[in-house]
Amino acid sequence: MATLLVIAEHERGQLKLATEAAIAFARQVIAVEGGTFHILVAGEEIGRVVERLQGHGATSILTAENPALKDPLAERLAPVIAQAARSLQAGLIVAASTTFSKDILPRAAALLDAGMASDVIAVVPDPSGTRFKRVLHAGNVIALLRLEGSIRCVTVRSGAFATPERNAAPSAVAPLAMDYQSLPGSSTFVSREERPSGRPDATEARIVVSGGRALKDSGDFERLVGGLADTLGAAVGSSRALVDSGITPNSLQIGQTGKVVAPELYIAVGISGAIQHMAGMKDTKIIVAINKDPDAPIFEVADYGLVADVYQAVPEMIGKLSKR
Amino acid sequence: MKILVPIKRVPDSDTRIRVKSDGSGIVTDGVKFSVNPFDAIAVEQALRLKESGAATEVVLVSLGNEECVESLRVGLAMGADRAVLVRVDTALDSLGVAKLLAGLYRREQPGFVLMGKQAIDDDSNQAGQMLAGLLGIGQATFVSKLDLIEGGTRARCGRETDAGIEIVEVQLPAVITTDLRLNEPRYVSLPGIMKAKKKPVEELPAAELASDITPRTQILSFEAPAGRKAGVKVRSVDELIDRLKNEAKVL
Ligand SMILES: Cc1cc2nc3c(=O)[nH]c(=O)nc-3n(C[C@H](O)[C@H](O)[C@H](O)COP(=O)(O)OP(=O)(O)OC[C@H]3O[C@@H](n4cnc5c(N)ncnc54)[C@H](O)[C@@H]3O)c2cc1C
Ligand SMILES: Nc1ncnc2c1ncn2[C@@H]1O[C@H](COP(=O)(O)O)[C@@H](O)[C@H]1O
Repeated sequence: MATLLVIAEHERGQLKLATEAAIAFARQVIAVEGGTFHILVAGEEIGRVVERLQGHGATSILTAENPALKDPLAERLAPVIAQAARSLQAGLIVAASTTFSKDILPRAAALLDAGMASDVIAVVPDPSGTRFKRVLHAGNVIALLRLEGSIRCVTVRSGAFATPERNAAPSAVAPLAMDYQSLPGSSTFVSREERPSGRPDATEARIVVSGGRALKDSGDFERLVGGLADTLGAAVGSSRALVDSGITPNSLQIGQTGKVVAPELYIAVGISGAIQHMAGMKDTKIIVAINKDPDAPIFEVADYGLVADVYQAVPEMIGKLSKR
Repeated sequence: MKILVPIKRVPDSDTRIRVKSDGSGIVTDGVKFSVNPFDAIAVEQALRLKESGAATEVVLVSLGNEECVESLRVGLAMGADRAVLVRVDTALDSLGVAKLLAGLYRREQPGFVLMGKQAIDDDSNQAGQMLAGLLGIGQATFVSKLDLIEGGTRARCGRETDAGIEIVEVQLPAVITTDLRLNEPRYVSLPGIMKAKKKPVEELPAAELASDITPRTQILSFEAPAGRKAGVKVRSVDELIDRLKNEAKVL
């Protein structure tokens, strides 16, 4: 029997949908090991997030609501997670694979002397203890592993765990007993860049249009990649090449060291298909590649490839799709 | 101020990684090994801080077998002052790495630790955060801009997060992990390589730094992911739109 603790992630009072993958993972583990799961929501003004987590079947929703947790600082959130895990005697802590959790969960794991597996994509039942699959080597290798010890930590890839139904009875909401005064104060949060557009986040969108080095400047990126995305109601993404040259912000980067997405449709506009880029998008259902080089590696994974100049093909697509 | 920079020896990012047919590991025959790219960025940043007068010494550490000395020599050739090889002949997970680094931190008492955000072989992205947690000091992860402020007692860091750049300030000592945009590491020069040969590489047994480094993460086997098959090449934008609508049904 396992007691699981799911870490909820939120931003500006909104639940991040990737949290639902962590809940789906918790339910899969419970289906194998038996047991229950709890959700921890930490921050300031978290009422709406708690409300949004109702119906998932958690035994309880633990709240850590305090001005000291206003900003997502690891040195403060990790002790809160550790305290919640201890108070529940949790055997497994799970969060989504996002920069938020990657920053905080390993620190909490260290406080608990727990082993941790990042980017888990599957739960594999086994009589000697549940096993997990995770991705490594830029997506070229999948490892089957077991976490030893009385407490285990994992982050999960959102594309690998389907959004769970929300039809269970309401969960009890209980505040976590925590001494917020004792939290360290060696880091201070200064500011956060505003999200550049009203477009959806690539990790949460059904369609992602992504641009690569073929785009010469940010005006062209916006007109072609942004334009096609808006026509389709899609999110935008980009290769590292454009982030490095300052054409796109790092928050758009897809790949081994950026976001991992698995939408229904991914349109790669002038992207060559480096291993590190493909690590972030090759679990997409349908991949489209538009590239003028017929030998570009991206065509080896694309369901539909169009050998063309993006400066011609993309405006044509935008024109034809907007007429629908 | 002394900066401690851990570096890991990993398969070069340009090599195609393949899984052994029996699933026991990856094929290493003929594979070129390099310094983990994020760690090379950490070395570069430490050297720039030394060159600007903000730091006085750059100490490298690698955990592993004697092959890691090759990676340490690369960092020394870039300009680091000295290196420590912590001798480990068994598999390590990030918690074990963090425990050993914590042991070395206590011996060396650096002004801060600058390290990669992730090793590109295991892609764990854990060791830095774990080290900061074990030591009870601050952390700034995924840093693409780093300035020492207030007489070198604090660092102002731009962090790459999913939502965009976030600015945090952290009291030193702290653990700072690097992202790709922080800098472009310099190439090693021939004089650099010559000088590196004379720089000290101390070897320490792991047992002197941490008592229990048995991995909690037990890897049982490896497999290759299901490959994708190349699809079709379409001849025109019209055909592409038609297929997306009527065949794939995603539009
Ligand atoms: C440690 C490490 C981590 C990395 N992490 C990532 C990561 O997370 N994500 C990532 O994306 N990269 C990452 N990279 C970088 C990666 O290796 C590649 O350099 C990068 O993905 C290349 O981007 P690109 O495809 O846009 O550019 P290029 O490789 O230069 O490709 C541009 C493509 O555009 C085509 N093209 C040019 N002009 C036109 C035109 N007018 N019309 C049509 N096609 C055109 C060309 O034929 C070419 O195929 C990483 C690298 C390292 C070393
Ligand atoms: N064997 C090692 N020797 C030295 N540093 C390491 C080692 N393993 C990991 N590190 C450091 O920890 C960082 C993160 O590693 P990981 O948690 O494995 O992704 C790397 O970028 C290195 O700086």
